[in-house]
Amino acid sequence: MSIVGTRVVRIEDHQLITQGGTYVEDLRVEELTGAVHAMFVRSPVAHARITVDASAALEAPGVVGVYTAADIDLAPHKAGPVVEPWLADGVVRYVGEPVALVLTEERYQLADAAELIDVDYDPLEAVASIDAALSGQTLLFEDQGTNVLQTKGGDFDDAAFDDCEVVVTQTVVNQRVAPAPLEVRGAACAWGDDGRLTLWLSTQNAQISRATVAKGLGLEAEQVRVVTPDVGGGFGAKIGTDPESVVLGWASKRAGRPVRWVETRSENLVSMTHGRAQQNTVTVGGRRDGTVLAFRLEVVQDAGAYPRTMFLPTFTQLMGTGVYRFPKVETSSRAVVTNTTPIAAYRGAGRPEATAAIERAMDLFAAEIGMDPAEVRRVNFIRPEEFPYNSPTGASYDTGEYGKALDKVLEAGGYAELRAEQARRREAGDPVALGLGLAAYVEITGGDNGGESGRLLINPDGSVTAYTGSSPHGQGLDTTLAMLLSDQLGVPMDKIAIRHGDTDEVPRAVGTFGSRSLQLGGSALRQAADQVIERARELAADRLEAAPDDVELSEGVFQVRGAPASGWVTWAQLAAETELTADVWFGDGAPTFPFGAHLAVVEVDTLTGKVVLKRIIACDDAGPIVNPLTFQGQRHGGLGQGAAQALLEVMNYDADGNPTTATLADYSFITATELPDFELVDSETPTTRNPLGVKGIGEAATIGSTPAVHNAVVDALSHLGVRHLDMPTTPLRVWQALSDARKAN
Amino acid sequence: MKVSIEINGTTVSEEVEDRTLLVHFVREQAGLTATNIGCDTTSCGACTVLLDGESVKSCTVLAAQADGHKVTTLEGLPGDGDELHPVQRAFREEHGLQCGFCTPGMIMASVSLLDHNPKPTRQEVREGLEGNLCRCTGYHNIVNAVMNASGQEVQR
Repeated sequence: MSIVGTRVVRIEDHQLITQGGTYVEDLRVEELTGAVHAMFVRSPVAHARITVDASAALEAPGVVGVYTAADIDLAPHKAGPVVEPWLADGVVRYVGEPVALVLTEERYQLADAAELIDVDYDPLEAVASIDAALSGQTLLFEDQGTNVLQTKGGDFDDAAFDDCEVVVTQTVVNQRVAPAPLEVRGAACAWGDDGRLTLWLSTQNAQISRATVAKGLGLEAEQVRVVTPDVGGGFGAKIGTDPESVVLGWASKRAGRPVRWVETRSENLVSMTHGRAQQNTVTVGGRRDGTVLAFRLEVVQDAGAYPRTMFLPTFTQLMGTGVYRFPKVETSSRAVVTNTTPIAAYRGAGRPEATAAIERAMDLFAAEIGMDPAEVRRVNFIRPEEFPYNSPTGASYDTGEYGKALDKVLEAGGYAELRAEQARRREAGDPVALGLGLAAYVEITGGDNGGESGRLLINPDGSVTAYTGSSPHGQGLDTTLAMLLSDQLGVPMDKIAIRHGDTDEVPRAVGTFGSRSLQLGGSALRQAADQVIERARELAADRLEAAPDDVELSEGVFQVRGAPASGWVTWAQLAAETELTADVWFGDGAPTFPFGAHLAVVEVDTLTGKVVLKRIIACDDAGPIVNPLTFQGQRHGGLGQGAAQALLEVMNYDADGNPTTATLADYSFITATELPDFELVDSETPTTRNPLGVKGIGEAATIGSTPAVHNAVVDALSHLGVRHLDMPTTPLRVWQALSDARKAN
Repeated sequence: MKVSIEINGTTVSEEVEDRTLLVHFVREQAGLTATNIGCDTTSCGACTVLLDGESVKSCTVLAAQADGHKVTTLEGLPGDGDELHPVQRAFREEHGLQCGFCTPGMIMASVSLLDHNPKPTRQEVREGLEGNLCRCTGYHNIVNAVMNASGQEVQR
């Protein structure tokens, strides 16, 4: 029986639960002997002109080097259309921007030396919000003439909603959150005698990091080796590498010493990229029978101080219409710079924002016409027979059963009974209100169209080494890939080694992000194994004196089909004689479109505003399931992070651009007490776009759960006159919304 | 100053700066790197170890305070021969870890929790682990792991 589709415990775990992982700070490799410690001095001010005097720090005990912008002799690098300095040069643009780098012999000497660096901050007006950026009163980059650094679409038809009986519109704030992987950013680097840099980096993709670092240092890619040790979570914020890595490589060369760097959590919360940070105005119009006729989405992306990643608003536009068939669709986006930490990918990266906007809008439309939110969704779903479906925004959805997913969660959750309980509480004037929130979603995985590498080698002892361009950091992909290869090659899992993350072993790759790894990295190894099997079959046929077509691979040995008595040939026999290897680039995997439906149940204390998430029932369909264990694990994590955004988490800034949630004591990182047990409903609709038939599951549950929980909170308050409130739905926000509704009535 | 701590049954004596944190002593002086540092505000629990059998966040204890005491880290969890400790075994069986960074602290906190409450309810597990943050699992399978380790039935 195939192990694919069965629950297999992870091969990654033994090391992690007995000795702990080897994260970058744990490295004890010889090349790092005698490494100095590094610390970035970061701006405590959002927007200021600066002058730096580092002379006193140079005299401090243990100091090996202190570097500022004046020392850096690297070519400038661009973030979007503007230059992001390696170290702040004359002006700082966000709290957390690196101003100087200190190197010391001992770790504890870093803070002492950093204290002695004298930075004079001459404050400038801060642009601390999207509205302030759009006003244009203060510009971050005078030479741009505006804070709006990217615009897409926006040529709207004034008559788009003329045929509609009902039109609802709402600005939905998708608040800025911190990705906050448990392992903060860290790196170590050492230059070899051959003039080659080795960089150990906590990253989601070593190969793109290598390209970035080599370019930054003015080197050829071959002159840099990036090695990925164990990575303690990434969630999109460790895609590629940040400017700090280039500065560390440069400083290591300048100082002539290996360098180790790990940031503090409080540094991480202001200087690792943040996620989300959109303000989206969504308009939906249609008929009173529930049919939506026209849709408009206006996205404003806060890009932070330096626009490092500009695809987020575009992704939001692409996925704007979600699971629905809308006749008239218009979208636009603008990206603005503000005096805040730069924004980049965070679990979902553009799609949660799209789903949040449309799913709030569908609830508002349902409320306006007095129809159940489940029914309004059903009326407008793209139907199974319409796939592949080309959306008006330019996405080509592969497969979907949106109505089925919704029905499954409604049934599993007991929707009708819950509605009855809600009515009972309302009738009785119960101060603890019950709220039901729905979200139906579709998302895009492998949306970068970048392909992936896979290389397979049968060793002379019959064991297998597989090199993948994917770069897992918690997802359990080693186990998933080993299961697939074991099934395909007939080799036991404990004879299969999965390797990744070292650019010397895997020079060409894209990495792990956008839920792409199984569908692209897995497909590459599937094809590599196909090629190896084909070659081995020919070699086995020679030995068995049979035609290759008559030779089959069965339970790990090659034999003549229907004539097992004529003998067999093992992988080891073949590999001992001939190198059996294949190197594949899987480049034709078009994006796939996982989908699902979530139902959240909350209780809201209408006297205090406190929200308790009681239940979340999730149907997430990403095609065939290879390992239910890790498939569920990815969904659990997604549900937790999605609920966290809806309920608690926000990175706040005051009007001067000071972050007010910049430590883990202030940032409302969700804990075990704030989440319920998760209720999962399975569904498997394959795609035709890769040989495994799979879609990605890494981000799906985050995308569905955030609007489901958000909608549940609004639903709980709807009978009290609350139409909308923004996330996070903290007690204060809820209490304020109730208070405002009372006053309005 | 000179600090001597019995870590996982072996006494480590080293001259360190007065301000040395226990977590750094464990990682640098004792060379045991399972214990991780996840924050600087005693919020995340990644650095949880047992100090004389009680769980503490080792980022908020000075090495000097542990002088003459016993510390147990993940590496020192007693198993039965080649077997894993029941909590380690349960974390693997229940997929109670993903990236593994919170895991050493989470396991040590769970060991301490079960020491005080051998048959906790799911809610008691959630409350008992509130000081240990995990970004990957949504906690569901961590709760399952602790229930499993306590010998109670787990619904998957």
